[in-house]
Amino acid sequence: MSGIHDFTLASARDALKARKISAVELTNAHIDAIERLDGQLNSFITRTPDQAREAAKASDEALAKGEGGSLCGIPLGIKDLFCTNGVRTTAASKILGNFVPPYESTVTANLLKDGAVFLGKLNLDEFAMGSANLTSAFGPVENPWKRKDSDAKLVPGGSSGGSAAAVAAGLVLGATGTDTGGSIRQPAAFTGIAGIKPTYGRCSRFGTIAFASSLDQAGPMARNLQDCAILLESMAGFDPRDSTSVDTPVPHYEAALKRGVKGLRVGIPKEYHVEGMPAEIEALWQQGMTWLRDVGAEIVEVSLPHTKYGLPTYYIAALAEASSNLARYDGVRFGERVSASTLDGLYEASRAAGFGDEVKRRILIGTHVLSSGYYDAYYLRAQKVRTLIQQDFLKAFENVDVLLTPTAPSGAFAQDEKPTDPVQMYLNDVFTVPASMAGVPALSVPAGLDARGVPLGLQLIGKFFDEETLIAAGHAIEQAAAFHHRPTIHAGVSA
Amino acid sequence: MSLDAKTVTRIARLARIGLQPEEIETLGKDMGSIIDWVEQLKEVDVTGVDPMIGTGLAKPRLREDRVTDGNCRDKVLSNAPEREGPFYTVPKVVE
Repeated sequence: MSGIHDFTLASARDALKARKISAVELTNAHIDAIERLDGQLNSFITRTPDQAREAAKASDEALAKGEGGSLCGIPLGIKDLFCTNGVRTTAASKILGNFVPPYESTVTANLLKDGAVFLGKLNLDEFAMGSANLTSAFGPVENPWKRKDSDAKLVPGGSSGGSAAAVAAGLVLGATGTDTGGSIRQPAAFTGIAGIKPTYGRCSRFGTIAFASSLDQAGPMARNLQDCAILLESMAGFDPRDSTSVDTPVPHYEAALKRGVKGLRVGIPKEYHVEGMPAEIEALWQQGMTWLRDVGAEIVEVSLPHTKYGLPTYYIAALAEASSNLARYDGVRFGERVSASTLDGLYEASRAAGFGDEVKRRILIGTHVLSSGYYDAYYLRAQKVRTLIQQDFLKAFENVDVLLTPTAPSGAFAQDEKPTDPVQMYLNDVFTVPASMAGVPALSVPAGLDARGVPLGLQLIGKFFDEETLIAAGHAIEQAAAFHHRPTIHAGVSA
Repeated sequence: MSLDAKTVTRIARLARIGLQPEEIETLGKDMGSIIDWVEQLKEVDVTGVDPMIGTGLAKPRLREDRVTDGNCRDKVLSNAPEREGPFYTVPKVVE
């Protein structure tokens, strides 16, 4: 018989509704798992067990009356980039180390409205800037997976590394992530879980701490796509407080799981066969094509000619926006302050002490590409190339329904294998960034293990607001891949 | 190519980030290598291409001109690092 740590979000929901388990029991089991395992993983920045127990008690009362929303009594973790009313929200930065928002982000408010139980705030790269969760001011997150033959600490990917590790290790049933250039999909792939970056404008950005506003998009991370679909339906929706929120109805995403892929046209972008890609990633990609073909999809080669410019364009556009967004951390209205005798001195000292090295580097590059004399050469040119990247996708989608690619060019690497050249580090996002630039939705599903026993993911990219087709195709891969492996560190494994 | 110390210092001044002398050289090197890498965008022909400002999916909208939020001074001030009554405090700016 399966134990409490074998539940998926969907099966826990069903067991709660059927009163086979209580929300208090479920929540306590997860709080206990966090206490046992998170000293090592460091996936949480702030734990809220007391609030969680209270919320679980309220959930049980609602469930007893046959009431409660779609997430009633479900224990979740929240990336510490979403403002939570009265609960410290840090963006994993020293500069927000004591920031307690007096309001709730729209995405978390939606989850609370549906009855979710929050276990705390999850670690990330500082201001979501990183691909390995090594830049957090609260220390790195450890990936619960281990290589077969080694005890080396692996990175969980980033920036939503705490979310990914907590879901993979069974500390939460699902988590929120945010994705600016791959920050949901790459950590999902590195930890053997599923994650969806919805269409830009699908989930409100209100109350989510900004990195690059034209790219940032919230999305769900969970053990499978059914769980992600349930979360996304709750998180998504029009919000008048976000001017980029799109007013279009939210479908019942869970229903899309059963659609199948018969007759679906799946595009394989030829430019994604990048130089130096490991053979096992290429093989997994071929395997993905076979899986989809076997259940009735048609595989079609397509071209996205501007793929190689995706990353450099991203690093200009995203960093320019970041330099502007992070100007608000000035030591005056909120955040850490370092006193000085002049106002400029106060700004410079507060920002020098409050930001970590990667954040400083990115703000400085963003400032440079926006500065007088460089704006046209860098920023404006990047925005034009971004148009070409988006057109590549729109053209491809005239001919196919969905694109299939690997999620990342490698599996999780060890914390001490981090490349010293920042450009090498940025290459982690080579397959995820272009969809972010175009604003189209994309997801990652676990598809297999590499030769060292570490998970690998496949990415699907879809048309604007067609998350349902993504979910249908992703579910076909899930069924074929039958990925039931578990990480070494997991709540269900007794020490 | 590394950015020279003068350039890094000028950018840091614009961004209001105080740098230690030893940071300037490392940052100049890192930023230089990133700038060199993004130079490849110069090979793309962007003649006649409009810049992409956003995805264009959300349409600009009008709303009724009425107060929907506010009257929460204490909440707004609740995270101030230093304040006096209902004011944020900063070093003297005007002589």
